[in-house]
Amino acid sequence: MHIFLFLLFGLLCAGGAINLLIQRKPINSALSLIVVMGSLALIYLLLGAEFVAVVQVIIYAGAIMVLFIFVIMLLNAGEEEHTKGSKVAKIIGIPGLITGFIIGVSVLLQHGPQEKRIHIGELYGSASDVGMMLFTKYLLAFELTSVLVLIAIMGAVVLARRSHSS
Amino acid sequence: MTIPISWYLLLSAFLFACGVMGFLIKRNIITIFMSIELMLNGVNLSFIAFATRFGTLDGHIFVFFVMVVAAAEAAVGLAIIISVYRTRETLNVDRVNLLKL
Amino acid sequence: MSVLTFLIVAVIKIAITLGVLLTVVAYTVWLERKVVGHMQNRWGPSRVGPFGLLQPLADGIKFLLKEDLTPPYVEKHIYLIAPVIALVMALTSIALIPIGPVVHLFGISTPIQITGVVGATGQPGDIDAGLLIVLGITSLGVYGIALAGWSSNSKYSLLGSLRASAQMISYEVSLGLSLVGVLLMSSTLSLRGIVDAQLGTWFGFIPQWFLFRGQFIAFFIYLMAAFAETNRVPFDLPEAETELVAGYHTEYSAMKFAMFFMAEYANMVTVACIASVMFLGGWSGPPMPFLPAAVQAFLPLIWFLLRVFFFLFLYIWIRGTLPRFRYDQLMAFGWKFLFPLALANVIVTAFFVAIRA
Repeated sequence: MHIFLFLLFGLLCAGGAINLLIQRKPINSALSLIVVMGSLALIYLLLGAEFVAVVQVIIYAGAIMVLFIFVIMLLNAGEEEHTKGSKVAKIIGIPGLITGFIIGVSVLLQHGPQEKRIHIGELYGSASDVGMMLFTKYLLAFELTSVLVLIAIMGAVVLARRSHSS
Repeated sequence: MTIPISWYLLLSAFLFACGVMGFLIKRNIITIFMSIELMLNGVNLSFIAFATRFGTLDGHIFVFFVMVVAAAEAAVGLAIIISVYRTRETLNVDRVNLLKL
Repeated sequence: MSVLTFLIVAVIKIAITLGVLLTVVAYTVWLERKVVGHMQNRWGPSRVGPFGLLQPLADGIKFLLKEDLTPPYVEKHIYLIAPVIALVMALTSIALIPIGPVVHLFGISTPIQITGVVGATGQPGDIDAGLLIVLGITSLGVYGIALAGWSSNSKYSLLGSLRASAQMISYEVSLGLSLVGVLLMSSTLSLRGIVDAQLGTWFGFIPQWFLFRGQFIAFFIYLMAAFAETNRVPFDLPEAETELVAGYHTEYSAMKFAMFFMAEYANMVTVACIASVMFLGGWSGPPMPFLPAAVQAFLPLIWFLLRVFFFLFLYIWIRGTLPRFRYDQLMAFGWKFLFPLALANVIVTAFFVAIRA
């Protein structure tokens, strides 16, 4: 059951990522990215990370990607212009990509950590555990992040505002 | 039936590689930005996989921070995209090649 | 409980909940037309059946039989999938709502909640992060509206869906923050746990709802944000018919339009359910020992449905009373009034919770 779920959502994830690359319209790329994020949330659940899975849906799929789609709608972003890639990239790039991928897969499968296997249903990343850690061990980082978000809000407002002086 | 953790790492590496590729071959500035999000997602997956592997929650906290930073980045980045589109009227990064108008 | 019984019970619960939900949705439309009609000194639907009670059925047949137009120049795939997204997201979140306590039927005990189970100790339980999942699902509902507007390739639809997505992501902030106070006081994210925290009474008759425990400001913030989230009057700018024809569903007809329509009313029901669970004590109610046992078993359900009915009536009442906001007023109200108020409520609640701890 576990392996079936992993394969299903892993393939959805990989398919979405590839679709993001081959689609020419930004809206289709955005939709496939939403599929990637949704299936990643379910993979997090398989890994037992309950809180992170829900936050992934709320923040990534529910807020960030809505913002992307909003901007695509606002700017009415149409089809991407076709640019000619260099011939060298095609000759060297594709075989290089395949060999690199094969090397990476074999190294990970041979030398990667294998002793620990993951069981389904071991939910240990509940909201209270994550929150406890966030407000004790990582309190400083948390507070600094809030400053970062504040600066980002101000930056977005300043950037998107039409200048009235000119 | 359980699965080894390296499978998760493989998926994570694949997502990251797709993100890098999209960043390099795409010409639309919004799609490039989405490729960056894809890379961040790939990294998040490996964080969670390692958190499960070592039985700690630190990985979850890092993913949380990555999400917050990604949200801040999306807000600022999309604002930049809007202002670029206002001045250049294009989303193609090849056309945005002047520092000053 | 074996896996097979679990599956059978789950399927039965899903079927009943879905049936009840769709009936409630259909009759909310009837209720709305009837009540608004009476408020405006009209009769409302009165031809089909007694008091027009068969009107929803007639409407459904009409939707099914009308020609299903797909305009040219639309983005076909996205155009077709948008209403499905809207409806599915609207119907899914009801699965997490705890509607009643544990019932014992045919030797099986199960809580009246699709995602609820009875644990080994006999205690009912549900998903730990239940409220977060509901918020996540409702935040995905924006896609249905945004994609519908974009794919229709029409000015009215695009403007309507731009308005809708901006409005929904703005008010989601206040909506989420208004619930934080309740979470601080109940210290759980499980919806069943939140109801359990409100079951007691003071002096035997004042219920310990969070509404009466200092969360009334949060309750009103929630109500206003919920009106905006469901695109209802006075915040129905995405479908303002005087300026935008019908907003994001201008280009939709027949069953595809009906799906948006059902999604809107299903969202109203979900929002009402969440309000009753979070602020009004879910299914709690005064005990009625003089009633027969068979009726008593259904009392919690009746209390819950009464609360939901109250909220639905409130929606309709406000629709019959208030005019529509202007768009800048809407944004200013959300960001400059509701949002700081919700933040202040969170801070004050946290302060009191910290003092009592």
